[in-house]
Amino acid sequence: MTSTLKLAWRNLTRYRRRTLLTALLIMLGVMALLLFVAAAGSFKQTMIGSITDSMLGHLQIHRRGYTASIDNLPLNLNLQPNAVGKIESALKAEPEIAAYSLRVKLGAMFSNFTENTSVRLNGIDPAAEDATVPALRQRINDGDRTGPLVAPGKVLIPTLIARGMKVKVGDAVVLVVTNASGSVNGKNFVVSGILDGVTGPGGRDGYIHIDDARDLLRMDKPEVMEVAVRLKSLKSLAAVQQRLNAKLDEIQNKEGKPATELHLWSDLSPFANIVRMIDMMTLFIRIMLVAIVLVSVMNVMLMAVYERIREIGTLAAIGTQPGKLMAIFLAEGLLLGLAGAAAGIALSYALVGYLNLNPVVFAFGREQITLRPVLELAEVAGVLGLAVLVSALASLQPAWRAARMDPIQALRHV
Amino acid sequence: MALIQADNITKSYRVGDMNVPALKGLSFEIGEGAFAAFVGPSGSGKTTLLNLLGCLDHPSSGTLKVNGTDISTLSRSAAATFRGENLGFIFQDFNLVPVLSAYENIEYPLLMVRGWSPEKRRERVERMIAAVGMTEHAHKRPDQLSGGQKQRVAVARALVGEPKLVLADEPTANLDHDTAYRILELMKSMRDSFGTSFIFSTHDPKIMGEAELTFTLEDGRLVQQGGEA
Ligand SMILES: Nc1ncnc2c1ncn2[C@@H]1O[C@H](COP(=O)(O)OP(=O)(O)OP(=O)(O)O)[C@@H](O)[C@H]1O
Ligand SMILES: [Mg+2]
Repeated sequence: MTSTLKLAWRNLTRYRRRTLLTALLIMLGVMALLLFVAAAGSFKQTMIGSITDSMLGHLQIHRRGYTASIDNLPLNLNLQPNAVGKIESALKAEPEIAAYSLRVKLGAMFSNFTENTSVRLNGIDPAAEDATVPALRQRINDGDRTGPLVAPGKVLIPTLIARGMKVKVGDAVVLVVTNASGSVNGKNFVVSGILDGVTGPGGRDGYIHIDDARDLLRMDKPEVMEVAVRLKSLKSLAAVQQRLNAKLDEIQNKEGKPATELHLWSDLSPFANIVRMIDMMTLFIRIMLVAIVLVSVMNVMLMAVYERIREIGTLAAIGTQPGKLMAIFLAEGLLLGLAGAAAGIALSYALVGYLNLNPVVFAFGREQITLRPVLELAEVAGVLGLAVLVSALASLQPAWRAARMDPIQALRHV
Repeated sequence: MALIQADNITKSYRVGDMNVPALKGLSFEIGEGAFAAFVGPSGSGKTTLLNLLGCLDHPSSGTLKVNGTDISTLSRSAAATFRGENLGFIFQDFNLVPVLSAYENIEYPLLMVRGWSPEKRRERVERMIAAVGMTEHAHKRPDQLSGGQKQRVAVARALVGEPKLVLADEPTANLDHDTAYRILELMKSMRDSFGTSFIFSTHDPKIMGEAELTFTLEDGRLVQQGGEA
């Protein structure tokens, strides 16, 4: 085994330039793939983190049909107290859940006493919301970032409205709401903070205390429009979804159909499509890598076999078994792929290290994204395995030719 | 029992639609420890015959026994095994593996064909390399050796597995006369120390004279046999 590898290695170094060029090609392919995966992974992570941690949470539960008309912020598709109680006990029983927040969502008229505009509002419990979307407070660019998110009588407003209506922190404003039965209600609030917008649904919403929201809507029961849920780890998302769905399906309406619906962050944010696109691109680069390795290794190995016909004849004549001859050439192709991939991996680590010391920052939508690429061990091992496997496959045919060669013909070859 | 028993062997090659006879019914015997030469004009069938004896090709008809084994019908892999265990080869162009040192070339059959242990290999290779007088050049690659030195290494490689029979197709054709003569002497002294039979082919009348047994071929027929069988 080691002697076969040694012979293979010697033969590779015999045609140094050709070996180097091929290894270089494989190296570049491996680097392209690894760096793309690392950078795209970091971008994905940052975006998903920003979306889930600053507004959506990891998953959300609504009354069935609510999300379909969420753009209109309907007031007649609320979760009733009874259902909320059942949802809460299901959430409390699930160990993977870190926090959840009950939200009352409503559309309101926003007035600075001279002008009006419409605003989307979330009525929240400050502590629960903070635990569910911990990055929300980082979006407060003007105002108190350290206290409770929002106190009764206070409102957090999005930057766009603050700028358009020329409202500052500390200003008094009026929020006017038409409730489910059509009656109009208004209330004075003090602006306690201005929120930076983020990409995606809810990225330009304002926040008030949940009691104020219910007060404005003249709710007589503690109804809820939305339950946002944060998990301890995104990795358990699918498992939690399954377990929760089983329990939520038991909450049924009068027709005996499930009364609630559960959506993951990816169902709610258009960014999920970008994630899918990135995954597609990764797949394409992977296919390119396979093609590069396959063609380059096969080319080199076919040449190697062709150039060494007499040598093959000699080795066969003196008793080398066909299987052994095959192994010699397979090992050669395999080593070539391995060397290229190993160099590519080493350089990728170096480059990723450099990029982490000198991060690339760019704007995506409303976000400033700082790339912190990470090479996952599983991905690296996967790429290495792929390169080696494809190299072996690419050498199979040339090696087979070597093994099947007739020693006499081979020895006569000039 | 003779080492080689050939009974009415023929060999013809197919060229297009034609059957070209290269050997036309040869019968002969060669004993152990022989130092024999196949001689004859170009195209007379020397290489063809050596290929048959070397188990590299099958005769078209007749039976051919080497060391008691009927080799006329061996399968590909069985033939490889038989060659590895019973035969040694020396080639006109030396045919050393260019990426292996002299030492490693000699070691190759023990390592890659026989699968011997390192200690056994070292002991044997060192003995063989000394026997051909190449100890000094053990770590040189073939491209750093002269033709005669290469052929010495090749002789050691052929003999390292202590085969019964070594076949050499024109082993001296690429060497100057003095060197050729010394390679022949080396082969003969190897025969003396190891008892291995050598069969070689040659055009060169002076080299022919070194053989103790000569078989003269003409147009695929054995026309003359000289010396003690
Ligand atoms: N592979 C082959 N296909 C067809 N004909 C062949 C083949 N090999 C040999 N022959 C023919 O068989 C005959 C004997 O050839 P062989 O090579 O055995 O002669 P030789 O005595 O070794 O000649 P030389 O001294 O030139 O090496 C020749 O007529 C040759 O053309
Ligand atoms: Mg010949």
